[in-house]
Amino acid sequence: MSAPLSADSRPALVAHARLQRDTARERWVVQAPERLFVLDEVAHAVLSRCSGTASVAQIAAELGAEFDAPVEEIRGDVLALLQDLADKGIVRDQPA
Amino acid sequence: MAGSTTQVEPPLALLAELTHRCPLRCPYCSNPTALEGRSAELPTEAWLDVMAQAGRLGALQVHISGGEPAARRDLEALVQGARAAGLYTNLITSGLLLDRARLQRLKDAGLDHVQLSVQDSEPVGADRIAGLDGAHARKLEIAAAVRATGLPLTLNAVVHRRNIAHVPDLIALALTLDAARLEVAHAQYYGWGLANRAALMPTRAQLEAATAEVDAARARLKGRLVIDYVTPDYYARRPKACMGGWARRFMVVAPDGAILPCHAARTIPGLEFPNVRSTTLADAWSHGDAFVRFRGTDWMQEPCRSCDRREVDWGGCRCQALAIAGDADAVDPACALSPLHEALVALAERESAGAPPPYRYRGSDA
Ligand SMILES: C[S@@+](CC[C@H](N)C(=O)[O-])C[C@H]1O[C@@H](n2cnc3c(N)ncnc32)[C@H](O)[C@@H]1O
Ligand code: SF4
Ligand code: SF4
Repeated sequence: MSAPLSADSRPALVAHARLQRDTARERWVVQAPERLFVLDEVAHAVLSRCSGTASVAQIAAELGAEFDAPVEEIRGDVLALLQDLADKGIVRDQPA
Repeated sequence: MAGSTTQVEPPLALLAELTHRCPLRCPYCSNPTALEGRSAELPTEAWLDVMAQAGRLGALQVHISGGEPAARRDLEALVQGARAAGLYTNLITSGLLLDRARLQRLKDAGLDHVQLSVQDSEPVGADRIAGLDGAHARKLEIAAAVRATGLPLTLNAVVHRRNIAHVPDLIALALTLDAARLEVAHAQYYGWGLANRAALMPTRAQLEAATAEVDAARARLKGRLVIDYVTPDYYARRPKACMGGWARRFMVVAPDGAILPCHAARTIPGLEFPNVRSTTLADAWSHGDAFVRFRGTDWMQEPCRSCDRREVDWGGCRCQALAIAGDADAVDPACALSPLHEALVALAERESAGAPPPYRYRGSDA
């Protein structure tokens, strides 16, 4: 099993996953072979920032500002979301 | 009578079967036993139009398959067209007709992902199943070339009585080849696979051992290797939602341009299939006889009609109902509620216990 993500991780989508607008159904999705993840507003806000350069802490800070919510709480939610996607093989930690 | 034609959700994926031509002869091959020749195949422009239409219709992915899709010299152009249509583009290949330079061209054309099949974890058995000496060694080279170009790789292995004991080795091979995903698919009995069923059918004990191996490996390799496991039907208690439900998620275009709800649908007598030469994908999807016929639940008989799983598995597989029950409208005999289920299990037990008959290789007349 790979190392769990932390606040210092710099998450990125894996090479075979693609973030895409599904115009026919007016939603955002992540595509991978034989898999489709439908994103809600928060998941899209998180994943669209997963460039491999921003850390989880930075992403949480940005979202805190955008959604006007306490950063501590957001950080836990962001981490849980990303860890779940990492376990599903969609997100990985960009090696420094 | 048939399912409703209003408010139909568009398909999520297009399966583009570019050709039936293939250098291999896998006895499990799901292609029809009556294979289309090159002269029947759609030309490049027609395929490009199919890709564009699929994107407009709302499909998100295209699986480019066959036969061996690399037998088409216009594969690069078709990949480019698929990407231009906004489709996530997956190449499903035996690898045989590819090389490093062509993989690079495919990547440059926008290919997102390669799914490479292997017939076994070791060359002797693999080549015997593939019907070609040296095939396995070529595939290992191609797997390395896929990764060297930076394309993501899924390894696909169809498992059956001759290779099912090698599931742990197939998992190890996927890791060695740096695949991000492994698909272990129990052979489904369509096309050549149905003709070879007795030579392919595993015992229940073999199946359970393989399932346990996959479960353990999934836990061990979480975050490192995704393992998709396509379970077999004959020993199941409930059927799978075949194709995610008839005409709900997938649309298939066959080499000759026929538009199908599933790649085996042509075995069902009395269905009319539209063709891209005369019908749009949108029209076929919403109104085509073959699509409307088994969409939804209106067509169902008992026990499905009043079953609470009817919108979970959509009554299972129509082609299997036809193959076993002789009636495409019947409940899938893989379901324990089918009157034919016990006979199906007995048949699987009998075939798997007997000495395997010789393979009837794809493309040979025997
Ligand atoms: C028909 S093949 C065509 C593409 C290519 N020639 C290949 O074999 O990879 C498409 C995919 O279906 C798989 N397949 C073929 N026959 C099957 C069967 N009877 N049951 C399950 N999967 C099957 C193959 O391993 C491959 O991944
Ligand atoms: S499953 Fe085997 S025989 Fe069938 S198309 Fe693929 S490689 Fe060819
Ligand atoms: S009776 Fe029909 S709907 Fe119910 S589980 Fe069996 S196949 Fe599915």
